[in-house]
Amino acid sequence: MNTLSLALRNLLRNRRRSVATLSAMMLGGISVLLFGGYVQNIIDGLQTGYVRAGGHLQLQHRDYLLYGSGDPTAYGIADYGRVIAIIEHDPVLAPLLTVVTPTLEFGGIAGNFAAGVSRTVFASGVVIADQNRMQEWNDYGFLGSPETLALTGTAPDAAVIGTGVARILRLCGPLHVADCPQPAAAAVAEGRPMPQDVALLAAVDTAPEDSAARADTGAGPPPHLELLAATTGGAPNVARLSVVKAESLGVKEADDAFIGLHLPEAQRLIYGRARPQVTAIALQLHHTSQIPLARQRLAELFKTSLRDDPLAAHDFGTLNPYYGQTVGMFDAIFGFIAVLIGAIVLFTVGNTMNAAVVERTVEIGTLRAIGLRRAGIRRLFVCEGLLLGLCGSLLGVGGALLLAALVNHSGLTWTPPGRITPVHLNVRVWGELSMLGGTAAGLTAVAVCSAWWPARRAAKLEVVEALRHV
Amino acid sequence: MDPLIIRHVDKTYPLGKFPVPALRDITVTIRPNCFTVLSGASGSGKTTLLNLIGCIDRPDAGEIEVAGRAVAALSDDALADFRLRHIGFIFQNFNLLPVLDAYENVEYPLVLTRTPAAQRRRRVGELLDAVGLSQHARHRPGQLSGGQRQRVAIARALATGPLLVLADEPTANLDSGTGAAIIELIRAVQQTFAATVVFSSHDPQVLAQADDAIVLKDGRILSVARRAS
Repeated sequence: MNTLSLALRNLLRNRRRSVATLSAMMLGGISVLLFGGYVQNIIDGLQTGYVRAGGHLQLQHRDYLLYGSGDPTAYGIADYGRVIAIIEHDPVLAPLLTVVTPTLEFGGIAGNFAAGVSRTVFASGVVIADQNRMQEWNDYGFLGSPETLALTGTAPDAAVIGTGVARILRLCGPLHVADCPQPAAAAVAEGRPMPQDVALLAAVDTAPEDSAARADTGAGPPPHLELLAATTGGAPNVARLSVVKAESLGVKEADDAFIGLHLPEAQRLIYGRARPQVTAIALQLHHTSQIPLARQRLAELFKTSLRDDPLAAHDFGTLNPYYGQTVGMFDAIFGFIAVLIGAIVLFTVGNTMNAAVVERTVEIGTLRAIGLRRAGIRRLFVCEGLLLGLCGSLLGVGGALLLAALVNHSGLTWTPPGRITPVHLNVRVWGELSMLGGTAAGLTAVAVCSAWWPARRAAKLEVVEALRHV
Repeated sequence: MDPLIIRHVDKTYPLGKFPVPALRDITVTIRPNCFTVLSGASGSGKTTLLNLIGCIDRPDAGEIEVAGRAVAALSDDALADFRLRHIGFIFQNFNLLPVLDAYENVEYPLVLTRTPAAQRRRRVGELLDAVGLSQHARHRPGQLSGGQRQRVAIARALATGPLLVLADEPTANLDSGTGAAIIELIRAVQQTFAATVVFSSHDPQVLAQADDAIVLKDGRILSVARRAS
């Protein structure tokens, strides 16, 4: 019979109190873990969205992030084909990669001249097949099949716009956009014909094969818009795009400004007949944890085979500051809740141990009289706190796993921020070893700490006083 | 060597704002392997003296020498170790650990001295036999009568083979028949295990069994009667 065994028996002596203490710890553990699992799901979902849209890493001109969005021609990647080939054939990077794809992003003015309206937009030219492969990334096992881009199988001059763009450019009707408010009739501007110069530019830029491709779809003619952008030399250029769909991106600012189009069309608009460039090369990895290794290798390549290209690699967190802000915010909330729960556990266990010391004062005197040192008494009560902590943590972890499984199989859905469609309510507790271990260790540590003070008090009792206690 | 020598010991307790002398200039020697009784009226200082002898309290003045060692200078931990190896306690209220059964209660001091398991088993068996509780080894204190509990306490007090066994009115909470049986038992095991036993009691039954009787009054020794050995 050692200290641990004696401590366990002492805990079992007053079962009702021990059960009440364990219940408080278990509830605390469950609360922390369920909230942590819910937060983890949000963060994983957010990360999955960013990685599917833009990859884990993007290679850009090293000054593009600061200055390039206003001047894609000056801060583009000219020889991007060679850069992609080097990356795809690199023995270190190749096994890490799922997709390497170029993108061209630029600002412009989209106009629906028939309605006499225009607005500034943010356009993104992408390789559709690559983007569809990027959508398949699902390292966190989210339910549902990957989404396919609306531009899939469309003509080279096809474009997808945000629902806000459709609303502003009066394209909701032709695009069958639901819940799209229309301006009062008096406010509708009388459309004027497209200016002659713009019409000419658009006519020059429209490739003859576009019409054939559009005819292949067999559908009625989609609505058009004109996208005006500055070319390499600073001259304006216009692309006439057929809008195949208006879709919501979940954020009003993006909805009101987004235009997605095929990369070649975007390049033709910006670079004309000059050598086409891209503004970024997106690298999607098998796992987010591979980012440091990939970055390290890219840094080596920047000094060797890519030394002539002024490139920099940015991860999705740098490119999307909202991700870091969200993670930081949830970390702070999680920490706050954990501290609150910890304080409750601290006082609950402390109260239990204090009551035990008072009840067992004579026993403490007896043990000391028999020959147990003060440290032995302290160890006994700390052991009881440790056992309470371990049992409470185990119950908390078990309860959280069970409840999380119930929630995850209940079919509940919710619509996270930045999304337009509801997703399964998923609480990620299972497999989150660091969170489970951290919570269990934290609860146990709090229980031990709260037992420390009563244990110290018990150890300091004078033998004679303790034996006299009534 | 005398197991216990007390020289000019004083002890005062504060009672509110006023100090109350509990022992005054106590000087006495306890003979080895004897059954010594501290007697006196309630408040005479029996328990205080027993606490000082048992090294669970410290005198304000004077010296106490147990087994040839002056205990006043010992540190708290050293005193605990000293008690563990040299002093056994039998309490008025038995003071058994309720979560341990009879066997484990007797074994506990041996666990503290890190006695090997086989040796512990042998010793505990021997002691439980001596107090007649072999059949109740696995009973917890709550499942034992008052007399049986005190027998377990006696066995526990003898577990480490102490030089001194101290008993503070061990029959006070027992009926007279059981009390007499316990006194007889203590007397028997004292002789069997060659221990020096010091009792505090004002029970005439106990006094009748004593080898030496020390009578206290108002914190002073009134008389010391020693039976010729």
